[in-house]
Amino acid sequence: MAQSPIGSPVLRREGGAKLAGATQYTDDLRIPGLLHGVTVRSPVARGRLRAVHFGEGIPWEEFTIVRAADIPGRNAVAHILEDQPCLVDGEIRHAEEAVLLLAHEDRALAELARTRVRLDFEALPAVLSLDEALETRERVWGEDNTFKRILIEKGDPFDWAAAPRVHEGTYRTGAQEHVYIEPNAMIAEASPDGVLARGSLQCPYYVHHSLQALLGLPPERIRVVQLDTGGGFGGKEDFPSMIAAHAALLSWKAGGRPVKIAYDREEDMACTTKRHPSRTRIRSAFAPDGTLLALEIEFILDGGAYLTLSPVVLSRGALHASGPYRCGHIRIEARAVATNTPPHGAFRGFGAPQSLFAIERHMTEAARRLGMDPAELRRKNLLRPGDTMATGQVLRDAVDLPALMDRALAEIGYREKRPLDARLHERPGRPRRGIGFAVFMHGGGFTGGGEVFLGSVAAVEGTVEGRFRVLAASTEIGQGATTVFGQIAAEALGCPLEAVEVARPDTAVVPNSGPTVASRTTQVVGKLIFDAALALRKTLLESGHLAEGGDVSAAARAFIAARGALRAESRYQKPPFVQWDDAAYRGDAYATYAWACYAAEVSADSRTYEVRVEDFVAVQEVGRVVNPTLAAGQIEGGVAQGIGWALSEEVVWRDGRMANAQMTNYLIPTSADLPRIRAFFEESPYPYGPGGAKGIGELPMDGPAPAILNAVQEALGVEARELPLTPERLLDLVEPEAADG
Amino acid sequence: MAEKILLWMTVNGEARSAEVFPMARLLDVIREDWGLTGTKEGCGEGECGACSVILDGVLVNACLIPAVQAQGGELLTVEGLARKGELDPLQEAFLHHGGAQCGFCTPGMLMAGTHLLAQGGPGDEAEARAGLAGNLCRCTGYNRIVDAVLAARREHP
Repeated sequence: MAQSPIGSPVLRREGGAKLAGATQYTDDLRIPGLLHGVTVRSPVARGRLRAVHFGEGIPWEEFTIVRAADIPGRNAVAHILEDQPCLVDGEIRHAEEAVLLLAHEDRALAELARTRVRLDFEALPAVLSLDEALETRERVWGEDNTFKRILIEKGDPFDWAAAPRVHEGTYRTGAQEHVYIEPNAMIAEASPDGVLARGSLQCPYYVHHSLQALLGLPPERIRVVQLDTGGGFGGKEDFPSMIAAHAALLSWKAGGRPVKIAYDREEDMACTTKRHPSRTRIRSAFAPDGTLLALEIEFILDGGAYLTLSPVVLSRGALHASGPYRCGHIRIEARAVATNTPPHGAFRGFGAPQSLFAIERHMTEAARRLGMDPAELRRKNLLRPGDTMATGQVLRDAVDLPALMDRALAEIGYREKRPLDARLHERPGRPRRGIGFAVFMHGGGFTGGGEVFLGSVAAVEGTVEGRFRVLAASTEIGQGATTVFGQIAAEALGCPLEAVEVARPDTAVVPNSGPTVASRTTQVVGKLIFDAALALRKTLLESGHLAEGGDVSAAARAFIAARGALRAESRYQKPPFVQWDDAAYRGDAYATYAWACYAAEVSADSRTYEVRVEDFVAVQEVGRVVNPTLAAGQIEGGVAQGIGWALSEEVVWRDGRMANAQMTNYLIPTSADLPRIRAFFEESPYPYGPGGAKGIGELPMDGPAPAILNAVQEALGVEARELPLTPERLLDLVEPEAADG
Repeated sequence: MAEKILLWMTVNGEARSAEVFPMARLLDVIREDWGLTGTKEGCGEGECGACSVILDGVLVNACLIPAVQAQGGELLTVEGLARKGELDPLQEAFLHHGGAQCGFCTPGMLMAGTHLLAQGGPGDEAEARAGLAGNLCRCTGYNRIVDAVLAARREHP
């Protein structure tokens, strides 16, 4: 029998086109009559717009110009709330906020015109950081600048005064820019008759939903199509709704002419969402033998100027904050605050990298202060199947965390190398080496009751040629979704891979399988496709057109010839054991988790304080691996982003604006900055995933930063608690006296 | 405003021309005038390498080259790699090793790899990493790109 499609290193479906340079991304399309849209933005973080002046030397009469008053429906980007306007209407709440839209046939003239618009505004005092938001000297949201609070409690209140050993620390992480290599781009054609928006995006139905409110149109008059997308990482989750809104408004005003808005790199970096900056305070109590007795965690995210997705990011961060540890007394207080920076948004990991960084740094610090090896402290406290997590969730995954940890430590040579490192440290002036690691998990799919709320649908249909078509709104953004969907459908149908097509996400064609986020595409949507394909096969079997072991394509042709159409749908149903109480924050936060131990060997130059990752091992348990090549590619790429976040990627803020909105001085890792990232998989099939698969997209973002800073502690003996750990920050830690001078 | 010039070049083995301003970016000429949209713009300031092309045997960022500087030159873009619809060995190696994910850095990365191979390199992984360091990828972590270039060198010396 041929190897089953699931588990095979099937080549990327669209790979040939990408390698030939034939794939057409949004800005590659040639569209007759196209207007180029540009956005005039606020230069101040907070204020009131008084007037707009159109400068000399521009043929303004040739331009399409849109302001807030031109919006036919509601001036909002509809998400959880409708608090974020598409265009400033009086009140300015962050720098780079869109005030006015311009469109012209000549792209260069449109760019020039943008610089000739002068905004007359009254500046107001702004809240520019998480700490300022907490001080509440200025109130920019509600009573106390708080978007959302979450409290998670486990066990009775703990008597801290009686605790044998207590460790405390405060950990900070900075904003992170996605730097997908394709900047955002969208094309819209809009009129009261209907709207077509096409572009680079992750979530077609988010854009679809948002355009309804904006234009006051019923859903059937709106069509959103995902074009080939050059990376997303969460950065094209919610912001494309804004760009589509702008392009649609310009097109609407221009009588339905197509309008393209394509950001350049600077605009994309400065104006779109970034990873939420965070501050996490942890207090832990241990028994003298290292048993973890209690955890008290305060987790705070800077949400920026509007609510957007911050409550959901906060939720995932809070639910991962106590890490993979058994602990009788846990208290997690989480809070997302409002500031006057551009709204922070989804970025691979969605809050979990921030809180896991804190707990995994904290555990290594605590081990050293207790005089224990960090591996032994963890071994004593790691969760085991049957243990209860912070929300009362009983761990059902058949995972052996100590074994995962041991495998990672063996691969990186933890036991053999550390005595050598100690000898190296006796030689002054040489780079010092250290090995650190982190143990962590990442919940697959939406948090809590999110998947039930979404009620996603996917479908599989047969064609008259005897082929099969997968219909889902989940987008290929480089992660391999279409390849994996093809494998899953072929496996369930019992047909060759070549007989399966995957439809382009187009809201006129595909059902709403939910957004392409939350490590849910393979695990959740893949399962819907698997079940729809099984149902379609069952239809063929029961109709008598297909016998067991027979030719499915021939059966589909015969069925369609006899009956006209062949299609099956599947709607999300939660695994029966999942119970979640969103009011109390109790229950099964995620149906399952991917589990991992990542280990890093670093060298720290004792003169320049530059930290280099010399070796990186990523061991994970992800259920069944659907495609080994693509899965390893996800892990390696996520680790690279994590290494960048840990060491070099710093968003420099000046008066609420990103001062380094360029690839020249916002530094993502190059091939020369990274070691070979070594990924290893343990496979423990998850009964409710397609063929046993779990989600893996976000997992690799969680581990690198704590592993690397833990390694720096081993190399230099410093407790680094802030990301990114640039040479300047490390210098301040190692030579605090130099910082004063 | 400057007068337009007639730019003529050999592009992927064929003679091409365009009437362009002398300081027009070669990238825009390639994409807009010649419709060769395989060459991408990722940053417009020579950092990301998505617009890498080979001009007279030299790997350059097309966003930084004014048209006038390319006059009479021989240009190779990603569209010139495949022969009669068959991917070239480096493209094949990228496909098999998983070197392309979102695909947006891929054309530039292929040109950088092609240039490395044309120079007789890379001899080992470190040389490959150094040779590709002018091209940014945000998806792969580079393992598979490095592997593809090394494999192409090994299998098609």
